[in-house]
Amino acid sequence: MSETSAYAAPAPVNLVELGFMDARSKLLDVAAFLDRVDRAGQQGDYRVKALREAMKHLSDTGTTRVKEMLLTFSDPTEEPIPAAEIQGAFGAWKQD
Amino acid sequence: METGLKEDVMRYIEPHGHMVSRTTDDYEKMALAGCTAICEPAFWAGYDRGSAQGFRDYFRQITEYEPKRAAKFGIQHFTWLCINPKEAEDMGLARDVMALIPEFLQKPSVLGIGEIGLNKNSRNELRIFEEHVQIAQDHEQLILIHTPHLEDKLKGTRLIIDALKGFAGIDPARVIIDHVEEHTVDLVLDAGFWAGITLYPESKCTPHRAIDMLEQRRAERIWMNSACDWGVSDPLAVPKTMLAMRKRGWSEAAIQSVVWDNPRAFMGQSPRFQLTPPA
Ligand SMILES: [Zn+2]
Repeated sequence: MSETSAYAAPAPVNLVELGFMDARSKLLDVAAFLDRVDRAGQQGDYRVKALREAMKHLSDTGTTRVKEMLLTFSDPTEEPIPAAEIQGAFGAWKQD
Repeated sequence: METGLKEDVMRYIEPHGHMVSRTTDDYEKMALAGCTAICEPAFWAGYDRGSAQGFRDYFRQITEYEPKRAAKFGIQHFTWLCINPKEAEDMGLARDVMALIPEFLQKPSVLGIGEIGLNKNSRNELRIFEEHVQIAQDHEQLILIHTPHLEDKLKGTRLIIDALKGFAGIDPARVIIDHVEEHTVDLVLDAGFWAGITLYPESKCTPHRAIDMLEQRRAERIWMNSACDWGVSDPLAVPKTMLAMRKRGWSEAAIQSVVWDNPRAFMGQSPRFQLTPPA
């Protein structure tokens, strides 16, 4: 039923050539963001702390960095909450 | 209706777009980019509707009016029905809206129940999710599921999969769990469900991350969508990702397997999903 027979692994390409400048630019943006937040004395915000926690996985070896980062941002609890009091999300889990 | 597309523009299906929030310019751009079918799950309007009557009007809009608007651009328009999880905290309203669904399931462009799911992972949301699954089971409908945003996604995905396992009559091959990211894609696919990857500029997934996941899972049982709506989103996210796939060494046939064959295989399980001209 699933018609995925046409899938074939892509031809090898120079992924560094393709992505390096973009990755460099994003990394510098993160550094500049942390500098800016420090200058303003806002480094105690739980989201900034969550970002620093996630960043530790940049130094991981292996190929699950992005998954591990997403896990650090995630609500680890398992039970449904009693009621939804807001509708939005913030990008990092805030422990009450 | 003729699309007027050049032969060498690859056609694609946009399996998740909230076109009621988009302009006719967007329809034109999508048509020019090769889009020939759009599927519109029922969703939040960006504000809470005050009554079930508001949903009746919305259901009429997506089943009667929007297909005509899309047809002007040579695009077929299909629909999914539900009350979305953001408005499911009010169980009275949710049940009034769910009572409207069987009537609208008769409309010729309706593919199933969706996008149901969770938003903040609350008890009421979960209860209403399960009641929708029951409707789908009773009426033999396909199911399209929205997983929560950001920090709520992992927990919500787990709760949704656990809840679905409680339904003996639900075949995972007839359920798509949308908005997966790297920490949820394996949970969904390994349980036998289809997975959707949503290309959002900030809050979900970029083209290259989407392509990474597709390559990791050999593009099996996965579709890609823009989920364009009233917020920051890009109705051309799928064709832009197709460009990135070419740069990443993907063959035209492999691209087509993701943007055409896969959505067609999943939605083709509904007899309503007839593409014209038949392909
Ligand atoms: Zn949506």
